[in-house]
Amino acid sequence: MRDLTNEILELIRRTSSSLPPDVEKRLRESFEKEQPGSSARGAFETILKNIEISRANSTPICQDTGTPIFYVHYPVGLSTIKLKGQIRSALAEATKRSYMRPNAVDAIYDKNTGNNLGGDDFPYVHFEEVEGDDLTIELMLKGGGCENVGRQYSLPDNSIGAGRDLAGVRKVVLDAVHKAQGQGCAPGILGVSIGGDRGSSYIKSKEVLFSEMGTRNADPKIAELEERLTSEANEMGIGPMGFGGATTILDTKIVGLSRLPASYFVSVSYMCWAYRRRKMTVKGEEVIYD
Amino acid sequence: MKQITTPITDDVIRDLKVGDAVALSGMLVTGRDAVHKWMIETFIKKTREPQGDDLQVYEELKKLLNGSVIYHCGPVVSGLDTKEYKFVAAGPTTSIREEPYQADVMKHFNLKGVIGKGGMGAKTLKGCEETPAVYFHAIGGAASYIAQTVTKVHGVFKLDFGVPEAIWVIEVKEFPVVVTMDSHGGSQHAVIEASSKKILEDLLAR
Ligand code: SF4
Repeated sequence: MRDLTNEILELIRRTSSSLPPDVEKRLRESFEKEQPGSSARGAFETILKNIEISRANSTPICQDTGTPIFYVHYPVGLSTIKLKGQIRSALAEATKRSYMRPNAVDAIYDKNTGNNLGGDDFPYVHFEEVEGDDLTIELMLKGGGCENVGRQYSLPDNSIGAGRDLAGVRKVVLDAVHKAQGQGCAPGILGVSIGGDRGSSYIKSKEVLFSEMGTRNADPKIAELEERLTSEANEMGIGPMGFGGATTILDTKIVGLSRLPASYFVSVSYMCWAYRRRKMTVKGEEVIYD
Repeated sequence: MKQITTPITDDVIRDLKVGDAVALSGMLVTGRDAVHKWMIETFIKKTREPQGDDLQVYEELKKLLNGSVIYHCGPVVSGLDTKEYKFVAAGPTTSIREEPYQADVMKHFNLKGVIGKGGMGAKTLKGCEETPAVYFHAIGGAASYIAQTVTKVHGVFKLDFGVPEAIWVIEVKEFPVVVTMDSHGGSQHAVIEASSKKILEDLLAR
């Protein structure tokens, strides 16, 4: 099997320093909507300038380079043990080169490992075997500040009158946006998962964030709720950084899972504007970055 | 945009109001969770004996912080092997984690402000009135941009806390911030929290 360490290193560099075009485009559109002279407009201005500087200098868009979340779709027969080893070496090298900050802290002994490698859980790597010959590796960097404002609700939630239906889902998601204020580096993107157990529900609420900005759920009813949540969240006027303003949420993505008859979980993952995700595809000898 | 250079006088602070955009220059110091806890335990509440170079660092900090600001930031720094430090990425971290400590640290060291993101609570707001000091909100995530405003890294204390948690002594030029908590009891965060709460209640009733 071919050694992909250098190619994965390049994937990490791109992810950390160059925001995907669909995200940048949405940020530019939002900038135009803020009042001239407002703090909100100033915040967008700084954000956009920062995106350009990071890309030009290969420096991290944000110093919190987050939890590296890798999703690997691999053809039959490829060794995931070797791939995981290559991902880990690439991450350590990326950290040495300051594309990434050493972010793995042993929770029991409170020690930063210094090389961004924790136990088996850090970085987070998910493997999925697929048909065909192509290998794809997707990477998302999920910052800590926005992770901290994520929330999970067990419905019914009587404190805000949220029952076990889509109307209840709407209420808890709006509640989560309000509670987050600007703390998750608004404007943010919401990943919402309905159902599952506590674990799978959170995982899927992040997985759905791998899709492009504006991608709607195939079910029209859910697609409509996605649109509605984005616009109602923005009605609250929290604005970028919580300064007040027109844009608090850039997009909402919802996924529905199976649930047990006894449980009805809604998980909300909040992704900050520094929505870093990139993909590489290995086709034979060729490596393509999106 | 107002130009302000550290050390800052009380008059300049009293002049600042919520919503003011400021370009900050001069010497400042980074400090986040480990630093605030260490300051409180070792020098303010004195529940922990000073160890190692604690007292030396304290003497240096008293000079550096008088009239200056603490920046809540865990930077990415290059040149760790050669000690020719350079800030590569240096955006703000969430400030509210320092809420239990901040007001006491402000008063103890005569800070004129803190820089961070997300704002802080009632205890810090009161600290801002009494010290006086302000809360400067930097743009969360604007790490490469802010790193470019760091013209010089003068040194580092407590590197054993880890790179993000260490105390970095830096000089900045025109670091862009917005005052979101002033020394007159004004807090943009409290205002937005309340106005958005009202709209949320309307939305939930629909
Ligand atoms: S929430 Fe995002 S933009 Fe904000 S500090 Fe964390 S990683 Fe950076």
